[in-house]
Amino acid sequence: MQATATDSKTGGRSKLSVSGATKIYQTKTGTVHALEDVSVDVREGEFLCIIGPSGCGKTTLLWSMAGLHPLTRGRIAIDGDPITKPHPQIAMIFQDANLLPWRNLEKNIELPFELKGTKPDRERIDRLLDRVGLVGFGNKHPRELSGGMQQRASIVRSLAVDPSVLLMDEPFGALDAFTRDEMNLLIQEIWMETGKTIAFVTHSIPEAIFLADRIVVMSARPGRIASIYEVDIPRPRPVSIQTEPDFIARVMEIKTRIDSQRGQEFDHSAVA
Amino acid sequence: MNKALEESIPTFNKKDTGGDDVSLSGGLAALGSAGGARTRLEIAVIILVAVIIIGGAELILTVMEVPQYILPTPSQIATALVTEWPFIWPHLLVTLFELFVGFAIGASIGFILAAVITQFPFVEKVVTPYILLLVTTPMLALVPLLILRFGFGSEPRIIAVALASGPMVMINSATGFRRTDLAKIALARSFGANTLQIFTKIRIPMAMPMIIVGLMVGSIFGLLTTVGAEMVGGAEGLGNRLTYYSSLIRMPQFFAIILLLAAIGISIYVFFFWFGKKWASWEA
Ligand SMILES: Nc1ncnc2c1ncn2[C@@H]1O[C@H](COP(=O)(O)OP(=O)(O)OP(=O)(O)O)[C@@H](O)[C@H]1O
Ligand SMILES: [Mg+2]
Repeated sequence: MQATATDSKTGGRSKLSVSGATKIYQTKTGTVHALEDVSVDVREGEFLCIIGPSGCGKTTLLWSMAGLHPLTRGRIAIDGDPITKPHPQIAMIFQDANLLPWRNLEKNIELPFELKGTKPDRERIDRLLDRVGLVGFGNKHPRELSGGMQQRASIVRSLAVDPSVLLMDEPFGALDAFTRDEMNLLIQEIWMETGKTIAFVTHSIPEAIFLADRIVVMSARPGRIASIYEVDIPRPRPVSIQTEPDFIARVMEIKTRIDSQRGQEFDHSAVA
Repeated sequence: MNKALEESIPTFNKKDTGGDDVSLSGGLAALGSAGGARTRLEIAVIILVAVIIIGGAELILTVMEVPQYILPTPSQIATALVTEWPFIWPHLLVTLFELFVGFAIGASIGFILAAVITQFPFVEKVVTPYILLLVTTPMLALVPLLILRFGFGSEPRIIAVALASGPMVMINSATGFRRTDLAKIALARSFGANTLQIFTKIRIPMAMPMIIVGLMVGSIFGLLTTVGAEMVGGAEGLGNRLTYYSSLIRMPQFFAIILLLAAIGISIYVFFFWFGKKWASWEA
């Protein structure tokens, strides 16, 4: 395994461990082999990005990590405890913010407390709202807010219950480039401040390099781990880093490897 | 930063009507062709039109000397309503009682049935044709049969009302409950929601716009059925009064009853419109 107890940069201790994860969906029209023998340890406090072609099973993997559906084979554990159902220490952030349209922001953010039957931690919520710049929007409904603001609210909703692991499934995929940069900065800052363990799915190689300590590259169906990259760029990383030659070289390197994995599907002569 | 954010928010409800008057769901808006709140001007015009129609009718009927037994003037109808009121209101109460009880029974059963049935696709497929049968069969046709069995009291009418409104509520609610959003359910589950919580916090609010449409249509159907059933048999209720006054050719009183029925219908509509604005306005 890549993780060793002495790995100084990321702490090294395994927080969320996935071993031999295999998922086969049974559908009316047959079976879909979505994941095949995926093993990876998300280390404590690590920012792990997962990229791969559409349909390679990234969401499937994340849902399994969240305990939202069972694996066909394999095992997922948090701090050594097997995950069989949603775990209070794990929060999921969805692609389109996934706020409930019939509730205002405040009520949306209080949902997790409501479901757990506990009193909302007002102080913590207010601090988080302030942190993401949403103070004073509590009584707005989701459709009155921009996509970026909705996603901020959904981040607050997840952080409000203070989970130790955040699972994010293409959270900024639907946002425009500027808002996306803004959100990437924000999530990097929040991660540095809180020390959460994050598994982050994205389609974008630059986004993955910008955010990640390590990048897991998955191959097309059935989803396997093709390779894992360490990203040793110092933090905090400014948005402007994305135009530096070193950064671009990293993007190209990962892109070339992904393309070559896909082999004949790609006509390289056309690129030059 | 907040200032900048504030400015980037799209502004809704530009009209200075207090902020929460977003228009209703497609379904509800379609029911009442005019969704949303009205401005003062619109209300003024609506009242003006009413005055013109009523005044015009009064004038024309008087000038043309239309006999009262063909069409009474608005003032005659109003007078009849006032003078006849002591004899009318007990019947009004009977009608409202039958409508309310029948609707409450029908709507509850319809709602629960919809909620349960949509969880089991197979059961739903089997049951739906029968519910459609109930929706499309005029329950009035059953009233003579029900009277044979239950007599001339309120029971046959209450049953007919329940049978008329229940399937309406059921079929619309089922449409609402079928709109499952897996991501929202997954969201709730990821925060540890149990089945009941998913139902109350996700499925019901999600279905609410269609449930309200069902309640509105169901209650209007219920009103039609109540009045119709009262006309078929028995000695009480506004429907019975219609038959009674028309048989005596007491047209002002007859129209006074019609006025009352219209008022009940409008009240039902306004109530559910308000209800929908409060609970389903999120679906613009
Ligand atoms: N509930 C399901 N039932 C059957 N097949 C499914 C189900 N969910 C996903 N699949 C299939 O499993 C495969 C992996 O899907 P998944 O959504 O995990 O991919 P993904 O990597 O997240 O794709 P994308 O990048 O487009 O989001 C796909 O072929 C998909 O069609
Ligand atoms: Mg996906």
